[in-house]
Amino acid sequence: MEKVSITIDGKPIEVEEGSYVLQAAEELGIKIPTLCYYEHMTPYAACRICSVEARDGKGWTKIVTACNYPAWDGLQIFTDTPRVITARKVNLEMLMSHCAPAPVLQELADELGVKEPRWGIGTDTCIMCGLCVRICDEVVGAHALTFSSRGIDREVSTPFKLESEDCILCGACARYCPTGHIRMTDTNGRILHSELTLGPNTAISIPFRQAIPNAPRIDPDYCIHMATGGCKLCSKVCPKECINYEDKDEFEELEIGAIIIATGFQDFDPTPMQQFGYGKYPNVLSSIEFEQMNNAASPTDGKILMENGEEPRSIAILHCIGSRDEDHHKYCSRVCCMYALKFAHLVKEKTNAEVYQLYIDMRTFGKGYEEFYQRILTEGVNVIRGKGGEIVPAPPEYSSEGNLLVRCEDTLIGKFREIPVDMVILCTALEARGDAEDIARKFNISTGADGWFIEAHPKLAPVSTTTEGVFLAGVCQGPKDIPDTVAQGTAAAAHSIRLLNMGEVLMDAAYAEIVEEFCSGCRICNGLCPYNAITFDEEKKVSEINSALCKACGTCVAACPTGAIKARHFTDDQIYAQIEGILA
Amino acid sequence: MAKPKLAIYWAASCGGCDIAILDIEEKILDVAEFFDLVFWPCAMDFKYADVEAMEDKSITLTLFNGAIRSDENYRIAQLLRKKSVVLCAFGSCASEGCIPGLANLCNLDSILDYAYIKSPSVNNSNKIIPQTKTKVPEGELTIPRLWNTVRTLPQVVDVDYIIPGCPPQSDQIIEVLTTIIDILKNDKPLPEKGTVLGATDKSVCDECTRERDIKKITKFIRPYEIIPDPDLCLLEQGIVCLGPATRSGCGAKCVLAGAPCRGCYGKPQNIRDQGAKMISALASVIDSTDPEEIERIIRTVPDPIGTFYRFSLADSMLRRVQI
Repeated sequence: MEKVSITIDGKPIEVEEGSYVLQAAEELGIKIPTLCYYEHMTPYAACRICSVEARDGKGWTKIVTACNYPAWDGLQIFTDTPRVITARKVNLEMLMSHCAPAPVLQELADELGVKEPRWGIGTDTCIMCGLCVRICDEVVGAHALTFSSRGIDREVSTPFKLESEDCILCGACARYCPTGHIRMTDTNGRILHSELTLGPNTAISIPFRQAIPNAPRIDPDYCIHMATGGCKLCSKVCPKECINYEDKDEFEELEIGAIIIATGFQDFDPTPMQQFGYGKYPNVLSSIEFEQMNNAASPTDGKILMENGEEPRSIAILHCIGSRDEDHHKYCSRVCCMYALKFAHLVKEKTNAEVYQLYIDMRTFGKGYEEFYQRILTEGVNVIRGKGGEIVPAPPEYSSEGNLLVRCEDTLIGKFREIPVDMVILCTALEARGDAEDIARKFNISTGADGWFIEAHPKLAPVSTTTEGVFLAGVCQGPKDIPDTVAQGTAAAAHSIRLLNMGEVLMDAAYAEIVEEFCSGCRICNGLCPYNAITFDEEKKVSEINSALCKACGTCVAACPTGAIKARHFTDDQIYAQIEGILA
Repeated sequence: MAKPKLAIYWAASCGGCDIAILDIEEKILDVAEFFDLVFWPCAMDFKYADVEAMEDKSITLTLFNGAIRSDENYRIAQLLRKKSVVLCAFGSCASEGCIPGLANLCNLDSILDYAYIKSPSVNNSNKIIPQTKTKVPEGELTIPRLWNTVRTLPQVVDVDYIIPGCPPQSDQIIEVLTTIIDILKNDKPLPEKGTVLGATDKSVCDECTRERDIKKITKFIRPYEIIPDPDLCLLEQGIVCLGPATRSGCGAKCVLAGAPCRGCYGKPQNIRDQGAKMISALASVIDSTDPEEIERIIRTVPDPIGTFYRFSLADSMLRRVQI
């Protein structure tokens, strides 16, 4: 493309021949109002608000639309001549005669000095700018919208005004509609507690704040490009050209010297405990939902609100939901008492609500924890010793106090109580992740009856596992709070670094080995090794033991039908000698 | 120079070992040419007195087959030991008890009771049981006393070498005899005492060419229940094959013909108790963690002692069920 020189309001600029005047003006910082223009689409010149005066060297002038008027050498553009203003005014007045004063039109009218449109004010909300139709067509690629009918009946709709099967609900039409003619219906201001986790997100976003790497990724389920092949706006605006739509999940093989398993926990689902009405009554929340609501970036901006958007008058916090419960988890989840107290503190800080803590035992065992408990007591929190038994809708006589009724036994006064509250928080148990068994199998470690990974020794090796080089950190090993998790994680890191820096690793002298001359390759041992130390040499037709992986458990030794596998320091001869010694 | 002397004897055995020796076909001529055959009751007429008359250590090689379960077996075992330079336990009976050894599950009284009185095929209304001494008009008849416990040859006398198998395979017999002839002819050193001849140190799997993979057994199957895959390890097909815990040397003939190994070549080099070892190995590859399921799978093995100790009971760590 050849470069041509044009001037806008007297300011010269070199642009590509045929490029549009509006872009040149933008480059020069000269503002030209637009309604139907969007930089990523072909100009349409429907609103004609961007009218400017074009003049050649001989004095010939005409009004043109800046958005689609091509530049040619010697072109002079004027954006604020009386003729331009008049043209814009007339165009705006005509738009307003059709369309009710949307804020964007009102602003323009103020700017251009249009006080009373000569042809009256219309009742429609659409200015026929076509942004919606064109964005759906050109950018999104869904082709779900069109103009239908002609003349004064012309309007934007789906083909035949039927519910469109092509619409992907991306919302681009509503987002770019300048007048608000197209709207996505919202949920009426209600806060769906169950959707608290779904913060507002675009299809390309940083998954969460602490994400590593801290870079955006495209969610293929919501990306317009993935759905229609169109859009690609993000790649058009990214100055570093980082967007790669072809990128796929990849599996990489890494050579590593140590493994730290920190897979955490999952929240106990209180739905099956029907007496608490979780999932049935909208204002019965699990602790993690309440925690998310309190986050300043939550949909409620950190406010404590009921589903109807009002502040609760009273809140009950129920401890030990699923923990210390013969029917669910017998163990104590350890963290709930403290976060329940924190919740009470937050409620007191943010609202005027009454708070009831219903607990079995208050386990405030950590450093500074008991002090925090004492502080909560002085903040006017009602602390009731007794596990919450049932939650039911409150009968009408309680309506001035709460919508829900918590039934419990207050064991300190020996009385059955019914407490009306607006909101209930269930302090759900921490439980082992559903896939903990798979992880355990993968890393040759074991899980206890509750599904937590088992450490090598509960007191002396709480970070190690029975598999050398595999360490545990955090709740995956058992419920623990943040300080304990950090301590264990740091220890695991230290252990790993020690291993990585050793260069040579000392092995236990006791391990099993296969005497090749006696192995007949029957392969009975092949599937037995819990540490995957045994492999079969297809060429020699004998099995082999990787002594670095062997833990000398002896399973293969017992199984080997030819006695080719020997446990060093625990040979058959040695054991027979011991037996004979004992029996002698 | 006088020819080296060869003795072949049968104690408690079926005679199969003697037939196996004859089964070496024309090679028997080489044996007859090299050795002076001084004692072979199965094939020729010799008297114990002839052997007793020999000088000690005058027999170069004795191949002794059969288990020791009578005074006569024991006496001749001791006699041949005294007269022989090299005494070989020949075949499964002599080396590990074999089928006669299964008698050790019961005691002598119950065996005689069943064999002469209770067995459905016996008509013995007078309940006559063989006695060691019987008076007849002509005088007193004696027969050797039967033992309560069947012994292996190495359990009663010092044995130099063991040739396993029920019976030892003829190609292995040829191999052993050829080697011994070669040693004697060329004055080479004898193998170390206690060596197992005519076999290898590995197990039958070593000679078996069936395809093997990781074993996971969910059910034991008896051979008549399926037509086994001709190329796949029988054990992997659920058939109890003792190949993994049996010394090789037989050429895996049974297994390659589609019949599971019954273990006649005895325990491999490093094993003390063949049956226990096989049970231990099988238990390791049962594909279940549920105790009831495991119990159910184990119950699909019929006659565990007869299966796992068919040849080795007398030589095993097991003791009789019936005292």
